[in-house]
Amino acid sequence: MKLAIASGKGGAGKTMVATNLAWTAAQQGVKTAFLDCDVEEPNAALFLKPDIENVIPVHVPKPVINQDVCTHCGLCSDICRYNALAVLSDKVLLFNELCHSCGGCVHVCPEHAIHEEPRLVGHIDAGHAGALKVCTGVLKVGEAIAPPVVKAVKQQAGDETLTILDSPPGTACPAVETVRDADFVLFVAEATPFGRHDLALAIDLAQALKRPFAVMLNRADLDHGETRRWCEENGFRVLAEIDEDRRIAEKCSSGELVVDALPDYREVFTKLLEDVVAAAEITTNERVQG
Amino acid sequence: MKIAVTTSGTDLEAPFEARFGRAPHFLIYDLEQSAFEVIDNQANAQAARGAGIQAAQSVCQRGAQVLLTGHCGPKAWDVLQAAGVEVFNIQASTVANALEQYNNGSLKPAGGANVRGHWS
Repeated sequence: MKLAIASGKGGAGKTMVATNLAWTAAQQGVKTAFLDCDVEEPNAALFLKPDIENVIPVHVPKPVINQDVCTHCGLCSDICRYNALAVLSDKVLLFNELCHSCGGCVHVCPEHAIHEEPRLVGHIDAGHAGALKVCTGVLKVGEAIAPPVVKAVKQQAGDETLTILDSPPGTACPAVETVRDADFVLFVAEATPFGRHDLALAIDLAQALKRPFAVMLNRADLDHGETRRWCEENGFRVLAEIDEDRRIAEKCSSGELVVDALPDYREVFTKLLEDVVAAAEITTNERVQG
Repeated sequence: MKIAVTTSGTDLEAPFEARFGRAPHFLIYDLEQSAFEVIDNQANAQAARGAGIQAAQSVCQRGAQVLLTGHCGPKAWDVLQAAGVEVFNIQASTVANALEQYNNGSLKPAGGANVRGHWS
């Protein structure tokens, strides 16, 4: 089962929840993979501390123009909706950082003057933390396009019973790429007006992608139950709540897992894992039955 | 020789526009013919990214050898440089005023982009 942990707002507690759920599952003997899809700012490894066994490069195809064959007709620049190509009277300029590797320019070139070559855009650190498989996607500094690295991290999922995807924040392409084929999405929401606003956007995304989802409220007592009531009124299921607790912030800031450092939270994560798996199985069965 | 000027309007008395990539129009003035044509850049002005690249491509394709504008970013600069277009970063009230400044001969050509890219 692929479970994506997402949020609209950054800093809501995605990685805290994702790492503690994955660790809890692995401790229970469930074969689990943790995929850090927040490739622009991956930080789950700070908590899980995996031994890196493999560093896997991630490449995207980039067009290469044979300037000797090119007639400067401009068709490649016309089809490029990302404005990555400038055709001048005697040369063609390519701006790699704008190219989305769609291959359109290669396809339309009447002179077959364009071919593709691999370009390095990031890497994956693959390894284990105990029995837990941990793969971290890392976008190269200076690169602007994250989804190819997110895709590559997702391909690291093997025959694990449970795969936990730690999503980037927001609702843009990197988050879409992470949650688009997840079996279930757990949104971690901070109980503030800002958190609720961005949760609403993230839920719109899940609904547009037809992903079943539930909500987990972090720092749930900050707004006197307003976000919980908002979820209830809209029919969004809230699976767990964690109140503001300075001890959690302190443990996180020193790179510790909450379930290890604060035993009183073990039960919360054990129950959340059970509930989220049960909710995912119910929605999966409903879908299978039509 | 043709001179490109960024503008929000479509004639010589129209206001000068400081932006290059997202300027609404380019007025291309032909010094020999004392005539001009206007390129509509409004579709490009809506582009998410790469507006400067496409703007530079249009200006170069119309055969301009000089560009009078307020600001020019690094990618647009690369294209203009590759095409051998001389760039002048100026402040002007109207297109006619920009051309007048150029004709006076006191302007110094830019040596590179004078603003940073928006996304990097």
